Amino acid sequence: MSVTLDPPVERPTPAPARRRVNRGGNPVLSGLSHLALVIWAGTVILPILWTFLASFKTNTQIFTQPLGLPSSIHWDSWGRAWDKANIGRYLFNSVLVVGLSTAGTMLLGAMAAYVLARFSFRGSRFLYVMFVSGMVFPVFLALVPLFFVVRNLGLLDTYTGLILVYIAYSLPFTVFFLTAFFRTLPSQIAEAAIIDGASHTRTFFQIMVPMAKPGLISITIFNVIGQWNQYLLPIVLLSGNVQDKWVLTQGIANISTNAGYQADWPGLFAALSMTIIPALVIYLIFQRQIQAGLTSGAIK
Amino acid sequence: MRLPRGGARFVFGFLALPVLLYLVFMIGPYLQAFYLAFTDWRGVSASPHFNGIDNFVKLFKDEVFWKAVTHHLVLLVALPLITLVIGLFFAFLLNMGGGTKGVRGSKFYQAVFFFPQVLAVAVIGVLFQAMYRPDKAGVLNGLLDALGLPSVGWLTNPNLALWSLIAVLVWQSVGFYVVLFAAGMASIPQEVIEAAELDGCSKARMFFQVTLPLLWDTVQVAWVYLGIAAFDGFALVATLSVDRGGPDGATTVLPLEIWRNAFTFSKYGYASSMGVALFILSLTFAVLTLRVTRRERIEY
Repeated sequence: MSVTLDPPVERPTPAPARRRVNRGGNPVLSGLSHLALVIWAGTVILPILWTFLASFKTNTQIFTQPLGLPSSIHWDSWGRAWDKANIGRYLFNSVLVVGLSTAGTMLLGAMAAYVLARFSFRGSRFLYVMFVSGMVFPVFLALVPLFFVVRNLGLLDTYTGLILVYIAYSLPFTVFFLTAFFRTLPSQIAEAAIIDGASHTRTFFQIMVPMAKPGLISITIFNVIGQWNQYLLPIVLLSGNVQDKWVLTQGIANISTNAGYQADWPGLFAALSMTIIPALVIYLIFQRQIQAGLTSGAIK
Repeated sequence: MRLPRGGARFVFGFLALPVLLYLVFMIGPYLQAFYLAFTDWRGVSASPHFNGIDNFVKLFKDEVFWKAVTHHLVLLVALPLITLVIGLFFAFLLNMGGGTKGVRGSKFYQAVFFFPQVLAVAVIGVLFQAMYRPDKAGVLNGLLDALGLPSVGWLTNPNLALWSLIAVLVWQSVGFYVVLFAAGMASIPQEVIEAAELDGCSKARMFFQVTLPLLWDTVQVAWVYLGIAAFDGFALVATLSVDRGGPDGATTVLPLEIWRNAFTFSKYGYASSMGVALFILSLTFAVLTLRVTRRERIEY
């Protein structure tokens, strides 16, 4: 492969000489830009790779040769992280909570967004603004009263409480995005279905939801990642005494605090690896959708 | 669509649950926060005792509060500036100005750069503890040691700690903005770039006079996103910094102080007044940004 070849001139242009100077690129400059890209790729990959490798080392090796490769593969730290440090349990809890709360968010968010996008009634504009305004308030403002609301409902330290709060705090962006999305869909098909005698509910589930699939997928990904990575709400709403209910982010932070006391660093890195690998695998499979889903808020 | 027959019941049925959840867990707590901010409630008495602006007087004399506010201002300037410069730089390298498919491996680099975005901040905090260890067992200090340089107290040196945290935030977010800007640049019409090249425009000039102005809307959105992130920082400070916000308050942020005052010291009223202060700060930022960055849109 040759990179120094001049690009072919596809069509006669008034100034082919000048064009060649710029388009061919300066090999030094192009080399430097590739170097910059490689360096940043390294700063992303190496810390993660180091964590994987450190999980196979022994305590002593981690401290004496932090940059060395593991001398032999010790899988036992992975076993300890899974059983003793409960990573398996935390993973399961996270999947359970995020599965239910994302499903709830999508169902309730799509229902509200559809009604707000398609029907005009007294107060519809007000309700829309109320939902959307939730995007500008920092969650920390509501933190103290939220804790007491959940406690007074008897939902503290329960999944129900956490899931309902996740849903409520995911609604503003979900409703904002899906309302805009439903407005772009043609209304004739839904109207035809109504004339043919379908109920509004049936029209929504059998006609509108399938039509809105691309938007629903983007926002589902956005919510899954946002809720999966949530740290503040779990530590406030699933506090100390219910360790068996903790989600992954809480568990990892706690293992990290304990690793110092128990001097089990390989265990910590095994736990971290077990947290990162599922995210990595899912990211590699759905990379395009994930990038589109997460940036969907910024592209209008 | 006007409300057709049977519509009212449908609208009510679809909105009831989302609105109820939203009112109970979101609007309610936000409103209560403004009330609690003017009380000295510690969670014991049945009804909070109103104490006027005492909390705010105390807040203005609170050294930790001002430290946290200063840190938000540092974050507000540094985080968007550094992230946007690096993000724009890499996006430009990957697209060579715009309108093209980009350099070889462009998709690969974007995929790698973006990955930290899908990891939880809490997980990244734990990951970087190993990078930043103050002794030679830390990855960064191990590297310095290999080069014959003395160890650096990345998180223990009060003058450096906040910058070490900012570096992690930049590390995580750059990929998101590279992908965002690269998508924006790819949608700049090829003819615009070619015309500039025909006129002998240099790469640097191309960036500042063609690419950047055409990308301005996206840059603005990115600035707002990063500005909002500058008023958070909770998960990273809580999981990575020494003593949660230390050493000696050198990295503390308002969300962390709100959390600490509420759930460690049970000063719920005081924590709420901090929440109000945080809200006013972020609202000021939002209003100022809208004022400053408003400018003519370039049509192409």
